[in-house]
Amino acid sequence: ASCVQHRLVVRDASSLQLLQLYTCLDQIQYIEWSSDSLFILCALYKRGIVQVWSLEQPAWHCRIDEGSAGLVASCWSPDGRHILNTTEFHLRITVWSLCTKSVSYIKYPKACQQGVVFTKDGRYMAVAERRDCKDFISIFVCSNWQLLRHFDTETQDLCGIEWAPNGCVLAAWDTCLEYKVLLYSLDGRLLSSFRAYEWPLGVKAIAWSPSSQFLAIGSFDEKVRILNHVTWKKITELDHPATIASKKTIVYKEVEKSPTVDTERLSFPPTRELGSSLFSTQSKYDISQVPVSLQYVKPVADRANPKVGVGMLAFSADNCFLATKNDNIPNAVWIWDMRKLKLSVVLEQLGTIQCFQWDPCQPRLAVCTGTSRVYLWSPAGCVVVQVPGEGDFQIVSLSWHSSGDSMVLLSKDNFCVCYLEREEV
Amino acid sequence: MGDWKTITVPVLSSDSKNILSYTSERRISPTSMNSQVLRLSLPSSKNMHSFFSAFCTEENIEQRISYIDRELTTLGFPSIYAESKGKELNVISIINCMNELLALQHKNLRAQEEVEMQHMKLGSDMDHLQNCYAKLKDQLELSKREIVGLQERDRQLQSKNRNLHQLLKNEKDEVQKLQNIISSRATQYNHDMKRKEREYNKLKERLHQLVMNKKDKKIAMEILNCVGRADGKRGAWRTDKTEARNEEEMYKVLLSDYEQRQKQLLLENAELKKVLQQMKKDIISLLPPQKQRPKEKSEDGLVLSDQEEDIGELNKENMWELSCETVREQLTNSIRKQWRMLKNHVEKLDNQVSRGHSGALNEKDVVSREDHELEIEKLQLEIQQCKEMIKTQQQLLQQQLTCDDDTTLLLQDCYLLEERERLQEEWRLFREQKKNFEKERKSFTEAAIRLGLERKAFEEDRGAWLKHQFLTMTADCKSENATTPSAFLRSKYFVQNMFLHSSEPDVRLVKSASRQRKPHSVLSPPVSAETCQYIAQNSVASEKPAADNMPNLWVESDDKEETE
Repeated sequence: ASCVQHRLVVRDASSLQLLQLYTCLDQIQYIEWSSDSLFILCALYKRGIVQVWSLEQPAWHCRIDEGSAGLVASCWSPDGRHILNTTEFHLRITVWSLCTKSVSYIKYPKACQQGVVFTKDGRYMAVAERRDCKDFISIFVCSNWQLLRHFDTETQDLCGIEWAPNGCVLAAWDTCLEYKVLLYSLDGRLLSSFRAYEWPLGVKAIAWSPSSQFLAIGSFDEKVRILNHVTWKKITELDHPATIASKKTIVYKEVEKSPTVDTERLSFPPTRELGSSLFSTQSKYDISQVPVSLQYVKPVADRANPKVGVGMLAFSADNCFLATKNDNIPNAVWIWDMRKLKLSVVLEQLGTIQCFQWDPCQPRLAVCTGTSRVYLWSPAGCVVVQVPGEGDFQIVSLSWHSSGDSMVLLSKDNFCVCYLEREEV
Repeated sequence: MGDWKTITVPVLSSDSKNILSYTSERRISPTSMNSQVLRLSLPSSKNMHSFFSAFCTEENIEQRISYIDRELTTLGFPSIYAESKGKELNVISIINCMNELLALQHKNLRAQEEVEMQHMKLGSDMDHLQNCYAKLKDQLELSKREIVGLQERDRQLQSKNRNLHQLLKNEKDEVQKLQNIISSRATQYNHDMKRKEREYNKLKERLHQLVMNKKDKKIAMEILNCVGRADGKRGAWRTDKTEARNEEEMYKVLLSDYEQRQKQLLLENAELKKVLQQMKKDIISLLPPQKQRPKEKSEDGLVLSDQEEDIGELNKENMWELSCETVREQLTNSIRKQWRMLKNHVEKLDNQVSRGHSGALNEKDVVSREDHELEIEKLQLEIQQCKEMIKTQQQLLQQQLTCDDDTTLLLQDCYLLEERERLQEEWRLFREQKKNFEKERKSFTEAAIRLGLERKAFEEDRGAWLKHQFLTMTADCKSENATTPSAFLRSKYFVQNMFLHSSEPDVRLVKSASRQRKPHSVLSPPVSAETCQYIAQNSVASEKPAADNMPNLWVESDDKEETE
């Protein structure tokens, strides 16, 4: 599904054939599929309206109007029948039910990076709240929206919460002025608290491993600390230095290939395709010899939220690899082997990394840097894929299909679907 | 008197001259004593002369003589007067006195020489010591200056050190101050933030009230028709029961998670225990057996009994179910013990190896290793050869087994033919060899006959020569009676020698020789006759080992001697 201005376009994933076309009242800011893929919600923040469309019955419609309360965020509940709207100024979260037309309110939600999280199995929802200058977490049962637990956290300013994939542990981390990660069990008990250091800037990003065995914490000191689920103590620190000296690390460097032009095939006037291929540069990967020094960007000292530290973390689906990005070495993706807890590969790109995502089925990483090329890495090697077409297609973000066979590449105005062939066995 | 004068004066003058010459030879040393002595002994010759002439003149000769006498007597010399009174001088005593005086003078001179030598030595020593003293003083001054310099440097460095310490302290203080500032500012910011947040909350509350109060119909949901629930069930009311059920479910979820984890941990534990057991067994098997290590016998025994106990215990009670502390500890302790023993063993082996390498048995080890390697190569070659042989044999066997009857018969016939041909060839060879042997035998017999003839001739010659010898000897013997026994003995020895040297002595011959006790004069011819007989017999005599007969010979000869 994609939206253009005020129209919602639904296409088939394998053939990109147009299936449905819906028109909304105003420009759509956010769309989301329901978990059973039967409904799509379109949020129009400016108007404060959420419109829901059904795929099975195109004639069915639903509109939720927040009115003067305003709308800041909207999302589905895991059962696909409730919509949670966050009103302006984070006054409250309204839970609208599509089955019963009933409304519930959650007061004092916290305005933070990740305030509402659902467990993987969709049973429980954790909401970060703030009352009287103190942080609280409320755990709700999603089936009937009953409050299960309500407890306070020892954080100064809760920045985000995240459920572990097994649904039993909730990780909460504090603002970047204070390094603190708290781990709560499902019933609200504090299992453990982790603090690496006191004064410098703290946690930037957090990721759970798919088996809930590890919690990776990326912080502003360019390190990733990994905690284990048995003792909740640090197993190891993964450092991101600008110079890689270890002989066991493979460094793939993206190198530009100058295009070869066949002078015979030049025709006048030059066709558009030829023109584009002349000016678009090809690139390929080269293996650089260790030691390699990566491009290092010194952060501006007196600005807030400096571009330092590990800002992006992602575990591979088979729990074997962890991909990280250190914001002051913005062109490199670091891939760590989780079994040995060592750096195995560094991908050095020509441009700044915009987004990377693991294939949900295999240990395959797709990276985009804002150029018209998507980079794929797997333990077998890495490859540069050029998006064919005219003009520049600058990939800003990408997203895998849940089967791992295709992925969507998004640029500012367009998107395209990249299909990956499965190897014939 | 006048004569005496003349005698005395020249002597004195000569003395004085001698004294002068003595003193003039010596070097002048600058001490006062010396100068005094010299002054005493170095008046000029002229003065000496005048002094001497002034001392005694014709007028005061009597006085002078008495003066000299007085001086001499005071010095212990005998008086120069002939008698106590009287004016006659005892020349002998004078001369003696003079001699004594001269001797004394010589002694004194020598003593003076020695003293002067010592004086010089002491003087040079003094010089030397003064030089040394001057040098040492210089050195002392230098070192004093150096010490002063070093002390200065030390002082400077210490002051620098103090300065640096001071700086460090200052820096530390600054750091501490900055930290305090930071913490105070942080608290300030927190306080401010809290204040702002409270204000913000108040605004929110106000806004909330306003929004709620508006009773806006706009806040509504417009929906075409209600959608069924995802799981098909109907909505339920919120009651206490539902709350309880929620709690239950939540705890169920947690419990199931814990149970899963515990199962995993149990499995892991069990596997690890298995691994540990295996490791223990392996370690025990690696350790050397009891025979080789008498020292560790007791330990091994203990260990074994321990192991047996462990196994017994663990087998009795299923180790899967047991996870109590004692069993776990036992297992780990026993493994630790085994591991320690293995480590010791390996260390000992290492020491042995290192000692062997560095010790005197170096060559032996090296050689033995080389031998070992050579042997290994040899064995490998042998193995290869055997394998090849086995392969060929197998092939042949297979051939035999898999062949048809016809082919086997044919093959057998072939083999028979082959064998027959081979036999024939061998027969031929054998016959050839036989012929060769016959030829050789013939030649050998001929050679033997020839040899016999030659020997016969040689013996005849020898006998003749001996006979000649005997005859000549007996001729000599007859002249001397005293020498006949010796001659007899000689002849006896001759005969013995002859027997010894011949390769075929005859026992009978010897015996017959002993029995025949004939007088010496007659002995020789019979002996010679015997020798002739002997020689004659020699040609036909059979070979007898000489060694056997030698002792007999000697025995017989002894008998012979005794009888004689």
